[in-house]
Amino acid sequence: MNLFDQLQLEIFIVILLLLTKPMGVYLYRVLEADGKIFIDSAMGPLERLLLRILHVDARNEQDWKQYTFSMLVFTVVGVLFTYVVLRLQHILPLNSQGFGPMSEHLGFNTAVSFATNTNWQSYGGESTLSYFSQMVGLTFQNFVSAAVGIAVAAVLVRGIARHSAKTIGNFWVDLIRINLYVLLPLCLVFALFLVSQGMIQNFKSYETAQVIEPTSIQVPKKDPNGQKLKDEHGKTLLEAKKIETQTIVQGPMASQVAIKMLGTNGGGFTNANASHPYENPTPLANFFQILSIFLIPSGLTYYLGRMVKNQRHGWAVWCAMALLFLIGVLISTWAETSGNPRLEALGVDHSSGNMEGKEVRFGPFNSALFATVTTAASCGAVNSMHDSFTPLGGLVPLLNIQLGEVIFGGVGAGLYGMLVFVVLTVFLAGLMIGRTPEYLGKKIEAYDVKVSVLFIMVPVLCVLGFTAWAAVSRWGLDGLNNAGPHGLTEILYAYSSATGNNGSAFAGLNANTYWYNTTLGIAMLLGRFFMIIPVMALAGNLAKKKIVPAGPGSFPVSGPTFVVLLSGTVLIVGALTFFPALSLGPIVEHFLMTGSNLTF
Amino acid sequence: MKTIAEELRTSIIAILSLVILLCCVYPVVVWAMAQGLFPYQANGSLITLDGKVVGSGLLAQGFADSKYFHPRPSSAGEGYDAANSGGSNLGPTSEKLIDVVARRIADFRTKNGLASDALVPADAVTASASGLDPHISVGNALIQAHRVAKARGLSEEAIKTMIEVHTEGRDLGILGEERVNVLKLNLALDGKL
Repeated sequence: MNLFDQLQLEIFIVILLLLTKPMGVYLYRVLEADGKIFIDSAMGPLERLLLRILHVDARNEQDWKQYTFSMLVFTVVGVLFTYVVLRLQHILPLNSQGFGPMSEHLGFNTAVSFATNTNWQSYGGESTLSYFSQMVGLTFQNFVSAAVGIAVAAVLVRGIARHSAKTIGNFWVDLIRINLYVLLPLCLVFALFLVSQGMIQNFKSYETAQVIEPTSIQVPKKDPNGQKLKDEHGKTLLEAKKIETQTIVQGPMASQVAIKMLGTNGGGFTNANASHPYENPTPLANFFQILSIFLIPSGLTYYLGRMVKNQRHGWAVWCAMALLFLIGVLISTWAETSGNPRLEALGVDHSSGNMEGKEVRFGPFNSALFATVTTAASCGAVNSMHDSFTPLGGLVPLLNIQLGEVIFGGVGAGLYGMLVFVVLTVFLAGLMIGRTPEYLGKKIEAYDVKVSVLFIMVPVLCVLGFTAWAAVSRWGLDGLNNAGPHGLTEILYAYSSATGNNGSAFAGLNANTYWYNTTLGIAMLLGRFFMIIPVMALAGNLAKKKIVPAGPGSFPVSGPTFVVLLSGTVLIVGALTFFPALSLGPIVEHFLMTGSNLTF
Repeated sequence: MKTIAEELRTSIIAILSLVILLCCVYPVVVWAMAQGLFPYQANGSLITLDGKVVGSGLLAQGFADSKYFHPRPSSAGEGYDAANSGGSNLGPTSEKLIDVVARRIADFRTKNGLASDALVPADAVTASASGLDPHISVGNALIQAHRVAKARGLSEEAIKTMIEVHTEGRDLGILGEERVNVLKLNLALDGKL
């Protein structure tokens, strides 16, 4: 790590730390206190209008079951809405490139993917989607799936903070307020900043440029049916093709990218996502995109402290997240700047690091940083191709996802995931010292531990089960871009990403097939709702309990001991469950890369 | 608990009203402000010569002639396809990757008159993430300077000065990496920028 890399990392962490309190206070005002926000005069009337047409009374709170029911109905209708938009894009407006409808399985996969805040891309944005599909079908889900995540986190925090309460908030009020007061204003400012850096925002059809030097390239020769022709040895026949023009993508990109980052969605306007020069034009834009992923999740830890009236607990959770984040970023930076010894043996300069699948303006450090952040959170945008990372450089994003994306995590999802680990930590600590575990004055009992363990078990079964199935199936192996241990990592990454609602990929895997689209879609649904429902149950159960004042025997949930115990619990649970699979993928590949001449 | 019918009705109205706000009003407001404040960027940073669009200052296009600087290898579509972005996605122990990089190294050494054991900058022989990376590293540009100077009958010093002028530093002096925009440098060499 050179001096500039260190400096950039330090600046990033300091700015994130400085923004945590203001963001947390703001979230507190939006989610709890009535009014008193500086944009009240602009948004207040709109909020009241929306609640009136929804026939929702803001004072009418729901219990956890009603809240979950409203959220599920809203999500199901939302998925159908997006599915219909994607399937009918050929007859809807703003389709200047004349794209046809998505296939059934791709439409299902994409609609589920965006509604679950995953944003897995089985499609290539600029070659598949009309502006209307991007702007209405997908951007809509970017906003509301992020709002749902924040709402669930708020419900859990309310459950912890309230004393003998039956209700935990109103879904419709939370949904509207988060969108109006948090996401929309932040996105307006952020989108304009991104345009100033070079991101596009227009409704023109694709531009055709006459290139400066027409060049000739070798392309596979095809018969009139579009099938590649082969010679008698089975090698693909090539023919020369003259390139005289370049078709340049256009569209309303900035408005979508702003929410894609702030809402930790991650679904790119283009296939190359945030590595595309339009979608991430400068290192400055890159810096703020990375920061925007962590902004709300980091602020939520302060919101937690404020709500439970124990700010030191909020900061302790922040510290555990920051600690796990630093470990990841240091390992992946080291791996990526060290480069690929196989290419160095051929004569590639060692000092530039691993540049396959990376952009020059970002280099190995900003690529490794982005990869760590996007998987620590459940964002899944990428500014470099994770598939071409060195084995250990690629292990970090994969493990980040498998740890449950609790290192700051997705908007909301990160905090509620981490709080489940807090409950487990308190339980384990209680077992160690032989007392009834309690968390902030609430007794942790069998029911709470059961739903927490359910929360941990669902992704394990889902990731390992589907990976095992795909790894022994024809359809699973047919999609691979790489063979050997790297191929297994491609499959493992895909199901981890889908279940974790991350959306980044070892993108060589051709997942746009019936089986992959369907199984990944199911993994996304399980990974979202079979985790949200236990969290809601936990919240409802905690809310009912009395708060007992802390006594001398209470386990302190702040301070270094707690931080170490919490990060230890996250690491041990994640490592124990996934180590066998990881050792067959990236770990064995690392030793093959450094210690042998084997290729695949 | 409210009935399913009531919840469905609320959901549908919520979706329709949020769509109007977040998917129509919001992008159009951003569009209007972007077109007013930053029209060049919002429309793709396009470069025009004699009224014809010849490319974008942010996107790589292919160059093969000795008198031009060459961009990084591309895996976008059939190469530099700005409507089909993407990387090779080949892993570090992929046979395909090692073969293609070996070929590119030999090619790079021949074209630039380098010794057969000369070190080659990584960015010159690896495909970028988007396939449209508009930049090359400064080290890569300096190695190509000799070839470009010879093809143009100019001194190597003059070319190196041009590279220096067109080197973009780290943003704010700290962020990102130093880099050279290939299309802009080539246009400047042709005296067209």
